[in-house]
Amino acid sequence: MSKYELPFNIDMAWCPGCGNFAIRKTIISALDELTHIQQKDVVFVSGIGQAAKMPQYLNVNYFNGLHGRGLPVALAVKLANPSLTVIAEGGDGDMYGEGGNHFLHNVRRNIDISHIVHNNMVYGLTKGQASPTSPPGMKTGVQVNGVINEPFNPLAVAISLGATFVARAYSGEMEQTKQIIKMAINHKGYALVDLLHPCVSFNKINTFKWYKENTFTIEGHDETNRGKAWEMAMNPGKLGLGVYYRKEGTKTLTDSLRCYQKDTTPLHERKYSKKKLTALIRSRV
Amino acid sequence: MNKRYDFSDHTDISIVLSGEAGQGIKTVESVLTRILKDQGLNVFSCKEYMSRVRGGLNSTLIRISPGKVDAWIDRIDFLLPLCPDLSRLDHRLSSKTVIIGEKEKINTKLPVIDFSFEAIAAAAGDKRYSNAVASGLILSLLSVEASLLENYLGKKFAEKSKEIVDANIEAARQGAEKGTELLKKNIIKLEMSSVSNLAGDILVSGSDAVGMGAIAGGCNFVSSYPMSPSTGVLEFLADQSNEFSFVTEQAEDEIAALNMVLGAWYTGARGIATTSGGGFALMGEAMSLAGIIEMPAVVHIAQRPGPATGLPTRTEQGDLNLALYSGHGDFVRAIFAPGNLDQAFYLTANAFNLADEYQIPVLILTDQYLMDSVYNTPGWDLKCVSVKKHITKTDPDYRRYRYTGNGISPRGIPGYGNGLVCVDSDEHDENGRITEDWKTREKMMEKRMKRLSMLEDKALMPSVHGNPEGDIVVAAWGSQHNMVLSAVKNAGNSRVKYLHFSQVYPLNPRIKELIDGAGKLVLVENNYSGQFGDLLVKTFGRDIDEKILLSNGFPFSTEFLTKKFEKIQGD
Repeated sequence: MSKYELPFNIDMAWCPGCGNFAIRKTIISALDELTHIQQKDVVFVSGIGQAAKMPQYLNVNYFNGLHGRGLPVALAVKLANPSLTVIAEGGDGDMYGEGGNHFLHNVRRNIDISHIVHNNMVYGLTKGQASPTSPPGMKTGVQVNGVINEPFNPLAVAISLGATFVARAYSGEMEQTKQIIKMAINHKGYALVDLLHPCVSFNKINTFKWYKENTFTIEGHDETNRGKAWEMAMNPGKLGLGVYYRKEGTKTLTDSLRCYQKDTTPLHERKYSKKKLTALIRSRV
Repeated sequence: MNKRYDFSDHTDISIVLSGEAGQGIKTVESVLTRILKDQGLNVFSCKEYMSRVRGGLNSTLIRISPGKVDAWIDRIDFLLPLCPDLSRLDHRLSSKTVIIGEKEKINTKLPVIDFSFEAIAAAAGDKRYSNAVASGLILSLLSVEASLLENYLGKKFAEKSKEIVDANIEAARQGAEKGTELLKKNIIKLEMSSVSNLAGDILVSGSDAVGMGAIAGGCNFVSSYPMSPSTGVLEFLADQSNEFSFVTEQAEDEIAALNMVLGAWYTGARGIATTSGGGFALMGEAMSLAGIIEMPAVVHIAQRPGPATGLPTRTEQGDLNLALYSGHGDFVRAIFAPGNLDQAFYLTANAFNLADEYQIPVLILTDQYLMDSVYNTPGWDLKCVSVKKHITKTDPDYRRYRYTGNGISPRGIPGYGNGLVCVDSDEHDENGRITEDWKTREKMMEKRMKRLSMLEDKALMPSVHGNPEGDIVVAAWGSQHNMVLSAVKNAGNSRVKYLHFSQVYPLNPRIKELIDGAGKLVLVENNYSGQFGDLLVKTFGRDIDEKILLSNGFPFSTEFLTKKFEKIQGD
């Protein structure tokens, strides 16, 4: 049994047939294969929603915080201890809706975290309202005449803001998803994995069948070509699965912070110099 | 015939400079307080200003005395208007006020000593050097050697061209000549003896004191969104983050700021967010999160008048209720409100230990008045502050919320030890796993709330001033302390027992003894409704007999409170 499986039984709150079960298995096998990472150094941060419950069902450190606020916490965990492997995980409502502002600004920071967003194009936990990525026309209990708004395009947004790793995966393609998640975790810098999956309870449009017919695996694409990546992300046709853009070697936020340039000690081990503080206070004499 | 002004019997002098934003009044404030303090005079300064970058009408009060000065007053002895508009200062002027400025332009019935700062500055090189002219004039009135100002200007503008330095020095000289002339012609009579015991004093602002206190408390993580009047603390800490090697990150909004602070504490850092009422309103949900996940946090709230944007650059004690009740659900917090610069330093430093020990959010409530107050104080003893971390190394069967006798579980952090640290905003069991078991819920609520009585018992008692046996009990909290204290002294303290609260929540149960026997309980609060008074009534059941309240954007003045106390004692 994987060390990332819980050593006790737990009643998972997902609906039977939910794509989250497959994602959970995929994440565990990805972590198992990343043997250079120690389990005690893995921190999952999530918000609220069905996807955000994921850390509950893994044997990892976790901070399951507020709806939409996973990213600020993940950012701070990495800033406080850059040696930790930090993974922020949540759904499309959590990360693109409520937490949209944090999404924008953490891409810009290029903080070295992986950001896995379960995108099922609908709100699950609140029972079926439109999410930022719902297709126009989808009728829900709130959007009674069908969704009007233009769907949010996370890949194009991330690429335009200078994200250094942008990928799309689909829960049904477990092997490919595992490889993408491994790449995202290994990537030094902010890595977005927009992870499509069906919602069997509330999304009657984007079903297993729909994904089968409307996704394809990207082949022969130069991942370092940002213009091409942008073009693919903006393509209104079928959804390409794979890495859209990847740029290695960019400085991450912690690389740029003065306090980590000469000293990689995590903040909890640091002590301030009383001598320096005395000097600072006395400088006002 | 010129009017003559005699200040020879004054024990302290108040100088007000007024002008538009951008005219450099702030520079005069820092120049004068620094030089005069070095000359052995106690100094106090504070500004009141409009929410604009250029124009408007701002003023700075500078008080000077051989004795301690540390409080806001209305009285103006010398007014130097760099722009002619006096409309916002009229009520503080009297026939005893020396007004030096452009007589023709200034709209006042009071006599004006005609002097154009702008014309003199223009002749020296640029009308923008009016502030150097004013500095020279004031220092010469106080008989301070001209070379001191010249050296200061030389250093201040060291990076600029020699031309700019020389022009500023010339402007200052011209100002000084005018001052000397006024003394020589006996138009102004002013002697201010200096004292020798200030050599070790430090000259700091409220922002500095909170910032230095945070460093002293072991703060090593700062995340905030800029908002007046709290930005001074953010900038102070950002400025020190290289020297002290800690993280300062400007958050995209206040919601992110406090969530980041919680993430930092979760990882073992000591985080602070500094904000004002509007920003703190956005932090409400994260406050509640700190409550359920039992996470330490420190938030500094520099209050300004609300509701909403209110008066962005002015002062009020109107956010106590917000601080008391922010966040949904029942959870425990502690709130401190420094009454002076020393308390701002020590209370901020100790907030980090308290948050860490009890795993609760701790709030520091200041306001624009305290942030912008500058005066000399003997300085702080670092032997009185220590960083007491409460972090445990985890073992494989570590449970973050293990039930303990006092409700506080040892706090592990990720990566330190072999255990896993799991925290959840849902109700959870000892492992941090989501539960809806009602028995666990009851146990967890009790576990978290247990620390309230511990905090009550160790809560700071109010400091007692005036007559300890007085039948009139005056209660005030936070930043208004020095004005209340001065007014109690000025009014004659035969009947007043004054209590200053620097911890406003939770309240120590022993406070009941201090207020129960009062013949009259008088409340002084810089807000409209008397928020702290309500808390006192709710906690101790003793009604307030008289409320002295103010919510016009200014702090209480010493004179206003003195009159109130005189009247109350005469009743």
